[in-house]
Amino acid sequence: MRDDIFTKRRNDNLGFFALLIVLTIGSIIITKYDVMKGFSSISKALIWGGSNFYPDAESLRILPQILPKLQETVLMSIAATTVAAVFALFLSLAGSRTTRINRIFSVISRGIASLFRNIPLVAWAMVLMLAFSQSPLTGYFALFFASLGFLTRAFMETIDEVGNNSIEALQATGAGYFHIIFQAVLPASMPQMISWLLYMIETNIRDATLVGVLTGTGIGFSFDLYYKRFDYHAASLVVIFIVITVMLIEFVSNNIRRVIL
Amino acid sequence: MALLELKNITKYYNQVIPALDNVSFSVDVGEFVSIIGPSGAGKSTLLRCINRMVEANSGEISVDGVISSSLTKKKLRTLRTKIGMIFQHYNLVDRLTVIENVLHGRLGYKSTLAGVLGRYSQEEKKQALRIIRILGLEEQVYKRCDQLSGGQKQRVGIARALIQNPKIILCDEPIASLDPNASKIIMDHLRDISTEMGITVIVNLHQVEIALKYSDRIIGVNKGKVVFDGSPLELTAGQIQTIYGSESEDLIFDLGQRHAG
Repeated sequence: MRDDIFTKRRNDNLGFFALLIVLTIGSIIITKYDVMKGFSSISKALIWGGSNFYPDAESLRILPQILPKLQETVLMSIAATTVAAVFALFLSLAGSRTTRINRIFSVISRGIASLFRNIPLVAWAMVLMLAFSQSPLTGYFALFFASLGFLTRAFMETIDEVGNNSIEALQATGAGYFHIIFQAVLPASMPQMISWLLYMIETNIRDATLVGVLTGTGIGFSFDLYYKRFDYHAASLVVIFIVITVMLIEFVSNNIRRVIL
Repeated sequence: MALLELKNITKYYNQVIPALDNVSFSVDVGEFVSIIGPSGAGKSTLLRCINRMVEANSGEISVDGVISSSLTKKKLRTLRTKIGMIFQHYNLVDRLTVIENVLHGRLGYKSTLAGVLGRYSQEEKKQALRIIRILGLEEQVYKRCDQLSGGQKQRVGIARALIQNPKIILCDEPIASLDPNASKIIMDHLRDISTEMGITVIVNLHQVEIALKYSDRIIGVNKGKVVFDGSPLELTAGQIQTIYGSESEDLIFDLGQRHAG
């Protein structure tokens, strides 16, 4: 009997790897992908990047132009994420199995979360362009909607994870719904929620660049501008500043996480 | 008049087998009652029917002269303030301090706003400290509950129930996750609560010896039916076998240590 379990597990693993290999080879054949050429062109790309895509002394002249753009992008991302978090908190409380008021609310808020999450950020940006044209508002709403979907889902899972043990205890003392939310659910899930919020801010600063390219605002627009002018030195300087900013934000949020968790 | 009276309580989780089958008994002020029986006999369901954490399908329960089954939501909350509850897994909010968890026991008496903001009166805080001292946790008052041992956590659970000024305390397997030492401390406290404060204590237990040692009265439950109801002195080896079914034939019970009453 025991042997059967071990044999079965080994066969399952073998089957899984076989499937993986078939999928890989299958897609290589269908797309006519030349593996050798693929790998050799990586080195070519690196050589091109090394000889063209680096900032030089001359490109530093653009600093006064890109720094305000960078600031605008970072602040817009933070604003979009934090406002989305407030709405996500209400939706997740209504949607979570442990804190929902009734089934209908739960289905509605899960539906909203899933809808907003499954429409890609790029699609949001393009659609909102029609409404707000080229303005920071377009990027703000694109990030807001995508964050709302993701954060609602993450918050809901967090609330479900802290479980209903303490909720049951407070119900038994005669505490009301809002007592339980504010005295048990939120204190227990707040650190994890803040951690998700910080993660979302980091992701959104990266994504804001992409949205900026599409909507012609912020630091993304600067990159797009220099890139299309073949001013690779300036474009690479923009990229370096984005990377430094994201790393800084990550550093700060990691420290915050260490304190609260 | 009896403090707690159950009449013909029946509860179905599915249509076929009742979890509780026509259960009737009454309990007096200050009595220490143990409910024993095999796993799945309906002990937890029985306890939760008393404060309506589980709704019985039929029958009538009166607590302190109030018939609980017909109460509105608001009146039910008032009734629950008179019934403390202690859980196997303590059900505390781990990230909050001992005193905050203890004060949760007062939420049933609070308005929505006062409870949400966690505003407790000087008198309530003093009472909390008094109870914490009685239970020997004065050094842990401002510690977070995730830093406590199991026995300490359960004492916080007891303190949370006591600050409700309850007439009854329901204990669902209070020592099932504790070592013998901590178990003894918890059971001694529960015994004192019953003897000295005159609060009725109803305990679900796995351990027959502990039930014999501490209880004024034992109720044996099997398959949702009360099969024994009497003092520890009346409980014979044969009756233990009826309660636990054929599995108990090989079990050894030390019937020597009975509570003298």
